[in-house]
Amino acid sequence: MTNKIKGPSSIKTYREAINDALRQEMRRDPRVIVLGEEVSGGAGCEGQDDAYGGVFGVTKGLMPEFGRERVIDTPISESAIIGAAAGAANNGLRPVAELMFFDFIGVCFDQIFNQAAKFRYMFGGKSRTPMVIRGTVGAGWRAGAQHSSMLHPVVTHIPGLKVVMPSNAYDAKGLLIQAIRDDDPVLFLEHKIMYDLKCEVPDEAYAIPFGEAAFPREGTDVTIVAISNMVHRAIQAADELAKEGISCDVIDPRTVSPLDEESILESVEITGRLVIVDEAHERCSLAADISSIVAEKGFSSLRAPIRKVTAPHAPVPFSPVLEDAYVPSVERIIRAVKDVLGA
Amino acid sequence: MPYDSAFLLRAYRTMKTIRIFEERCIKEFEAGNVPGFVHASNGQESIAVASCIDLSDTDIIGSTHRGHGHSIAKGCDVIGMMKEIMGKATGLCKGKGGSMHIADFDKGMIGANAIVGGGQPLCNGAALASKTLGTKDIAMSFGGDGSANQGTVLESLNFAVVLKLPHVFMFENNGYGEGTGANYALGCDSLADRNRAFGMPSEYVDGTDFFATYEVCKRAIAHARDGKGPFAIEAETVRFDGHFIGDPQLYRGKDEIKLAKKNRDCIKIFRDRVIKEGWLKAEEMDAIDTEVIALIETAVKEGLAAPNPDPETDLMADVYCSY
Repeated sequence: MTNKIKGPSSIKTYREAINDALRQEMRRDPRVIVLGEEVSGGAGCEGQDDAYGGVFGVTKGLMPEFGRERVIDTPISESAIIGAAAGAANNGLRPVAELMFFDFIGVCFDQIFNQAAKFRYMFGGKSRTPMVIRGTVGAGWRAGAQHSSMLHPVVTHIPGLKVVMPSNAYDAKGLLIQAIRDDDPVLFLEHKIMYDLKCEVPDEAYAIPFGEAAFPREGTDVTIVAISNMVHRAIQAADELAKEGISCDVIDPRTVSPLDEESILESVEITGRLVIVDEAHERCSLAADISSIVAEKGFSSLRAPIRKVTAPHAPVPFSPVLEDAYVPSVERIIRAVKDVLGA
Repeated sequence: MPYDSAFLLRAYRTMKTIRIFEERCIKEFEAGNVPGFVHASNGQESIAVASCIDLSDTDIIGSTHRGHGHSIAKGCDVIGMMKEIMGKATGLCKGKGGSMHIADFDKGMIGANAIVGGGQPLCNGAALASKTLGTKDIAMSFGGDGSANQGTVLESLNFAVVLKLPHVFMFENNGYGEGTGANYALGCDSLADRNRAFGMPSEYVDGTDFFATYEVCKRAIAHARDGKGPFAIEAETVRFDGHFIGDPQLYRGKDEIKLAKKNRDCIKIFRDRVIKEGWLKAEEMDAIDTEVIALIETAVKEGLAAPNPDPETDLMADVYCSY
């Protein structure tokens, strides 16, 4: 990935980049607060404060700098967390709420889709809900069926929600800053397998606009659209295929709502072939959605049927051998690319 | 003697089985033989055993992410459990569930649960089935102090009262919801009082005292079985390990765990009591220790040797809408 970085920068993990974005925005704007379970940790305990900083350590160090008034450990009450964030957003704050595992939207979905998502439209444009919900998604941790889902298609379906899925530290920082400055509810989905992935990240605050894809590999034979952690597998596949003389155009949409349709259609216009890689299930999914957009708007460009590489239509299994078979592999992506090429 | 020796030996054996099972899980996790997130319940054994020892296989329990102890107390096969925790094809859930999703319907164990507050509504359902079908079975849900603040649990408490369901709500208050103090997250002074406000009998008990906990459970179970509706118990206890295995537990006080192991170990307290009262002899319990250690050793050996699931046949098994 080539990001044109001017000015001072450093190598940061995905985790550190998100922390950086939160810290800089909290310094800039006193209306920004963080709330969730264990976002600091140690509340009401004899031991250390800030014991966790989130279970993955993403918000570590924020509470010591900004205090418990702005970095709020909550009871285990997801509906109350999300509802409070939405209500506070309506009334002058810019909350960043954390769902430790995004699977927990099951507990609080009403506050997201019936409440926060609908306010601006339903109240005739009079209401703004500048909130961010951060949540961890994805398989690979052997965390079982209730801690490993990829539920972005569920929220991408809902009008009134913006959905951001950064695949690297650079994008994570820029997109989270944009999300916090955005006036509408944004779901910021972090794939838990990427927290230690590093890349060069500018020290200064910067915002990456929503709806603008990134192009980690450029090519002319096949377009591969990949989401979140699947971007890395798509890049690996593209690099393998390059050795065989197959040139892949890898597109990382970065935000799935809004979606950069134009970049995908432009790429398919050149390649005529499309493979979509997503860790979610295929039915009624983002992969199905992108496929339908290209079939409708780019039909004349297509020289082969579109192929989707997704998880199977099943919950995430616990057993490592099953989980590894569940998540789309580099091999499956390579096979799909060759399929659309008739190779 | 208020308890017969068979009962006491069974209680001791079950508590010890949980203790050794959990300690071994920690060891096997550290050795890389147990994948994922594992939440051990060592320190809390007395509550699981006091709650389940009088239940039949058709009585239902619903458990939590910290569910190994409840499963063992309800009679789940420890070898099948160990295989499940290791993700093996012959585990209790064929390796599909793991530590946080152990279930054994033949034993009335309808599932550990990785969603805090996920089990209490389900136990209301089990209680409703019993009431409707007239089976006289009861449901017992387990939850931590953290779960007491979840909306689903608060709804379920009221729902159980309104429908007069045979459901015993057991809240294990180990002082921590993950790494947050129960004193912070529970806005009330007493969880038992708050639960009583829903309109059901509710009692507090020192959960490290097996006998006190057993006596409360006995009353609660009888109340539910007699058709008098739900009952809530807050049992105070100690979590000897972290929220999850590998948790550095920075939030805990200096020497807190050491002191708890010395002064609030429910198994030690049980042993001291039965010896002091002359109800059991140390040698009888030592003999059980040896047997339990051998059993868990077998479980680990069989777990390690058990086959992995086969992605070809097992990944899509038990899927009822295929595409």
